[in-house]
This record gives sequence, structure tokens and C-alpha cells, in this order.
Amino acid sequence: MKMKPFKAKLNLDNSITIEARKSASKIANQMQNFIYSYTTVSVERTVCRILGIDGVNDFGVPLPNVVVNNIKKGQGLGMGAAIFIGNAMIHTNLTPQKIAEQIANKNLDLTKIPMHDLFEIKLKVDLVSKEMLEKIKITKKAREDFLAKYGDKEGPLLYVIVATGNIYEDVTQAVAAAKQGADVIAVIRTTGQSLLDYVPYGATTEGFGGTYATQENFRIMREALDNVGEELGRYIRLVNYCSGLCMPEIAIMGAFERLDFMLNDALYGILFRDINMKRTMIDQYFSRMINAYAGVVINTGEDNYLTTSDAFEEAHTVLASQFINEQFALLAGLKEEQMGLGHAFEMDPSIKNGFLYELAQAQMAKEIFPNAPLKYMPPTKFKIGNIFRAHVQDTLFNMITIMTNQKIHLLGMLTEAIHTPFMQDRALSIENAKYIFNNLENLGDEISFKPNGIIETRAKDVLTEAAELLKEIEKKGLFQAITEGIFAGIKRPIDGGKGLDGVFAKDKNYYNPIIELMKKELKMEEN
Amino acid sequence: MGGGLYATGKKNFDKTLDLSKIKPYGDTMNDGQVQLSFTLPIRDGDKAVEVARQYVEKMGFNEPTVVYHAPLDQNFTFFVIYGRSTIEIDYNSINVEAIEGKIMSMKETNEFIKKNIKRKIVVLGATTGTDAHTVGIDAIMNPKGYMGHYGLERYEMIEAYNLGAQVLNEDFIAKAKELNADALLVSQTVTQKRVHIHNLTELVEMLEAEGIRDKILLIVGGPRITNDLAKELGYDAGFGAGKYADDVATFIAQEIYSKK
Repeated sequence: MKMKPFKAKLNLDNSITIEARKSASKIANQMQNFIYSYTTVSVERTVCRILGIDGVNDFGVPLPNVVVNNIKKGQGLGMGAAIFIGNAMIHTNLTPQKIAEQIANKNLDLTKIPMHDLFEIKLKVDLVSKEMLEKIKITKKAREDFLAKYGDKEGPLLYVIVATGNIYEDVTQAVAAAKQGADVIAVIRTTGQSLLDYVPYGATTEGFGGTYATQENFRIMREALDNVGEELGRYIRLVNYCSGLCMPEIAIMGAFERLDFMLNDALYGILFRDINMKRTMIDQYFSRMINAYAGVVINTGEDNYLTTSDAFEEAHTVLASQFINEQFALLAGLKEEQMGLGHAFEMDPSIKNGFLYELAQAQMAKEIFPNAPLKYMPPTKFKIGNIFRAHVQDTLFNMITIMTNQKIHLLGMLTEAIHTPFMQDRALSIENAKYIFNNLENLGDEISFKPNGIIETRAKDVLTEAAELLKEIEKKGLFQAITEGIFAGIKRPIDGGKGLDGVFAKDKNYYNPIIELMKKELKMEEN
Repeated sequence: MGGGLYATGKKNFDKTLDLSKIKPYGDTMNDGQVQLSFTLPIRDGDKAVEVARQYVEKMGFNEPTVVYHAPLDQNFTFFVIYGRSTIEIDYNSINVEAIEGKIMSMKETNEFIKKNIKRKIVVLGATTGTDAHTVGIDAIMNPKGYMGHYGLERYEMIEAYNLGAQVLNEDFIAKAKELNADALLVSQTVTQKRVHIHNLTELVEMLEAEGIRDKILLIVGGPRITNDLAKELGYDAGFGAGKYADDVATFIAQEIYSKK
């Protein structure tokens, strides 16, 4: 992504940043050893999808679930789905899709087939996997071609959400938003989808507070945005959510259908959806690796800490989490340019000099992660139905973005806390942002901060506290820290939450062809 | 032509406040001034403006003025319109059952409970169903509270448990029985297509089926909740926008005391 040239001016102590990063790296690396030893049902369903398995059985159960459940029932999941599918391919001479259909019809039981030579099996699944990865590469290339053809924006990207519940109505709203000036369209998922241990299938027209993430819905929206993009001569980016119980599956569907951004946080599911922490850690790794491979920019969810906790007091937890998210992202092969680290403008509007503290936080984040396209989230918590004040809050938020070079700018809505946005709400919000971004374009370049003033001091304090917190987490380990409620005051037991029954220790013969192939191409260190 | 300050025509405004004929107030009593904004699924232009104007006239407004219009897409147009409402309402004929009495501060509530109930009150809060928003329940429960009103977890005489979001009604009830809850707080924020109504009534039905509805104070809160709606759904009280932890705490303490 194109970024504006940027100069640091907070006078931050670089040695503290280095220490904080070191702690975060240790935290992530400790966890990585755990991650390497396990797999999950969603990871294996993703393998099925990469091998070409799609569709649903007569009861509407997705075939990747049918296959993985079959292997799970036969106690084979520790070996990974690829081994059994590859074995069945040799044995039956059928494609993975046909094999899945046979399982759905109860004509085939994967773990009951005599095991062929492992080397041959791996050759077989590697071949199919490579073909699929080629397809992803072509898709990635298509995005690059669009951006080369139309050019890309240097300033902040205007990001809006659509959330009608009906993918076709979403298209109407998204197309209008693109014409009004939106650069990025996120289709909010229906409430509750994060807790489904499967990905629904086909085009959907019913959802609450959002629309089901399905591969067909992705395709429909992608096509609509490409069409309106062509009309406008701009590339319109599409976003969905790699979170919940199906992180890697959504990632691969996004890779197939050319989604550009994915909400993809290492900790979000644990804290805010009560998904088991082991499950989340394993799933986030594979999902992020797919995003890395597909050239997707991940967006992390630190803004959520601030809607739950106090934005002024808990600012350092946001920074600490950004450091941790950065390290997990690096371990999954993501480049800095693909890390939309999140934060938010969520301080109580009644705080004296609140704008200065928000400015300090945003500037600090940009200085600490200069190459990351930061994802900046709008005020929501203190929007109380007063749409007129809300519009002012959004204006202040827009000012911070243009002054501090935030890149992925999620627009605030004046009707936040009232309803999912109307077409007119989005238009007013886009108009506001365009006005501010144009009117204040170079304000940031003209301003330097007073040495030891409110802004400089605040940034220093937050960084110092974040570094201390990371040191503490490093000593405890991340699992223990979450158990104690270090983030957003939310405590999660290590074996609590949803999805733990989908976690399996890897057998010594475990094989995941995609991880191996992607690692090579992403030039990641062997482990 | 022309109006306002320099109008030369005879001013004939009714300037008396008559509670039996209440109308919106712009800058003169009974002027009926209302601002509206909405979108019509039609192409912007002179015809669109006239359609919008007539639409507002049909809504019962005199002299509607389209002050702003702009296309949102080829076939969608946004309007800002002012009009004078012709509709009046009799203030005295309206009955609203407000939650009565003075709202006590945290300190007063604690003292009230110590003196009158003589034990800690157990309160469980959750966002139930598929709703993933914790903003509302956190505002009431978190020690820090919201907009300067401390949350229930800070109350010395209230044992408060915040179960978070997406809590199933059956899990909520199980926890209520386990902790012997005095009051349940249900928060509903996402309310697209009235999904919350079904979920809220289901909780009442399940509590009745369990035979514990009478033993528990059942309260619902959220931006679209009113006390009347809550009552209609079978709840003891409802708290909407602008209500805080102290409103809720006062109600719970006084209800438990009066039911004793």
C-alpha cells in the first residue's frame, strides 16, 4: 500500500521500544512452540478446502465438516486431513471433492481405507495443493494489476461497513458508498457467526446486524466492487472477518475470492467471543499464514479493549497488544506492510484535553510501527443517540487521522448506537472525512510538539507502561496473563471457552501440505 | 414574500402554551417546526425535490421546505426538509408509568441495603442471545461505570457478576440458580429487525417454566428499550438511553425491600 512520507516528532526513547519489542517477540515465540504441536478441526477443514472440497450434504452440512468429522470419528485427526484424503485418492482414484461426496453418502470411511505409502500420499496431496496455491497467486496478481492500472491512494483509505443482512442489499449500499468516495467496504458478519464451527454455504439474504460470511457472498460482493471500481477508475477493497471458530477457513475463502483486508487478531476471539485460547492461537497462525500468502492486509482488533475498558487508563494495553500482534504476524510470514494494527479514538469526550491524548496515542502508534498501515477505529462508546454531537466526534477523529498518517480509516457514523448505517449516514460520514482530509491535508507536517508538553509526556508514559506490561507478560507467559485478565479486564480460563473440543495434538506423522509449501514460498525459517 | 425578522405581513402567531394542544417548538410557541432527513430511492433533480416536498406534506406538515438535497447514487437522493407540523397532542391524556422515586447515589443505595435488606444483593448481568455487544452491560456493571456513574461492581452491598455477551438464555438461568441471584439484568444492543424481542420473551418463558420468575427481579436495558416495552414483555422494569447504574441499583434495592 502506498503511504505518505512521515516524520517522527514525539522524541520517544528508542531503547524502550526495542525492549518492548523484544519482550513481545519472546511472548510470541514461547507460544509458537505450543502452536506447532497442535492442529484443530478448522485448520483441517481449511486443508480440505484447499484440496478442492466445497459444497454441502443433504442436511446442509458443509462437506469440509463432513470429511473432518469422519476422520475425527476414526481417531485420525492427529495425522491431519491431507494424509487421509491423499490416501483415499490413491485408493479410489477419485478427486477430493468426489471422495467428500462419497463420505457424505456413507459410501466411504476415510480411516478404514488401508494406508498406502506415506511418501506417495504426500506427493499426491502436494500436487493438488500446488495447483490451488497457483490459483491464489493468480488472484493476488489480479489485485496487483488493478492497483497498477488505477493507481492507489497515498492518504487514508475511507473504510465503511455495510450490514443489511442481505448480500444483494449490501451490494446496493456498497456500490453507493463507493460512488460517494469509500475506498474499502467491509461486510459485517451476522451476529453470532463467530461462534459457528462451520462456514455457511451459498448466497444469503437473512442475517442480524450483518450478513453471513460465505464464499458465494464474497464472490458476489467482489464482482460488484470490481464493476463499480471500473466505472470509477479506482480499486475498491473488500473486507471480511477471519475471527471466531473458523479463522483459517474464512482466510482461504478470502484468498480464493480476492478479499483485500481481513480482520484477524491473535487474541480477539479469546477475549471478546470467549473462544478457547488454545484453539484461537492455533487457528490464528494458519489463518495469518494464508493471509500472508494471499497478500491480504490483516486488521487487528485492539479497539475493542477500549470499548470495554477505559480508553485513557488502558491505552498502554492497546500498545502492548499491538506489539504482540506484530510478533505473531511476523511468525506467520506477514510483512509489516500487511499489518493493519488497530487502535481507536474512544476517550470520554468530557476529558479535558482529550483530543491531545488521542493525538499523542495515534502519533505514537505511527512512530512505533512506521511501516504498518495502521487501522484507526472511530468513536462508538460515547455516542449516545445525539447524532449531532456524534458528527462532531467523528470530525475530531478525522482530524487525528490526517494529522498522524493513519492509513485504514474506519469512518464513524452519526447514528452509531441507533442502527446499522443507512445509506445517508454513510454519505454524510464520507463527506465529513473528505472535507477534513482535504482541508487539513498538510497540517501534520506543519506542527511540531512542545518538548515535555502534554502530548510528548503522554506518549512517553504510555510507551513506558506498555513496555512494563510486556515484561510482566513475558515472565508469566501469554496464557497465564490472559487467565489473569490483563487485557480489557477480561479473564479467560485456559480450558474454558468454546472450541476446545476441536483441538488435537499432532501425531508424529502429521502432515499439512499447505503449511509446508507456503513456508517455503514466504521464505519463513524452518522449525 | 419573505418572512422572519423583516416580514411586513401581519404576524398572527399563537403564542400561548396550551398543554392540551402540544406541538413542536422551533423559535415561536406552537410554530410546529420539525426537521426531517431521509432518502428516497429516486434520481435527484427538480422532480425528486417536488416528490419529497409532497411526501412531507402528506405526512401532515405545512409549508415543507426542501433545504438540501443530494444524490447518494444514481437512483437514491438524500433530503433535509423543514416543515410545520399540523398535529397536536393532549399532554394531559398521556399516561407513562415512570419508575417512581428519587434516584439514590451509590453511597445511599449501599446504606439503604445495609439498613433494610441486611445482606448483599446478588445481581447478574449479560448480553443474551446472539448479540455480541457488551457496551451496555459494561456501562452498568463495570466498576468505572459510564458518564461518571459508577457501575454495580463497585457497590459494596451488591455482588455483581458480568457474564459478558452472547450468553444463552439457558446458561444465564443456570448461573442465576447457582448464584441465587436476586436480579437479572439483560442488555440488548443490536436490534435489527426486532430480533431482540423474541430473545427477551424467551427468557421470561424459560424462567416461568423453571418456576423462578417470581423470585427474581427481571430487568432489561438497551438504547431502544423503554419501561413500557419491558412491562409489555413481562419484565419488571426497562432502562433505556440516559439511564445509568444508579437508576438500576436504586430500583433493585427498593423493589427487593418492598417485596420483602
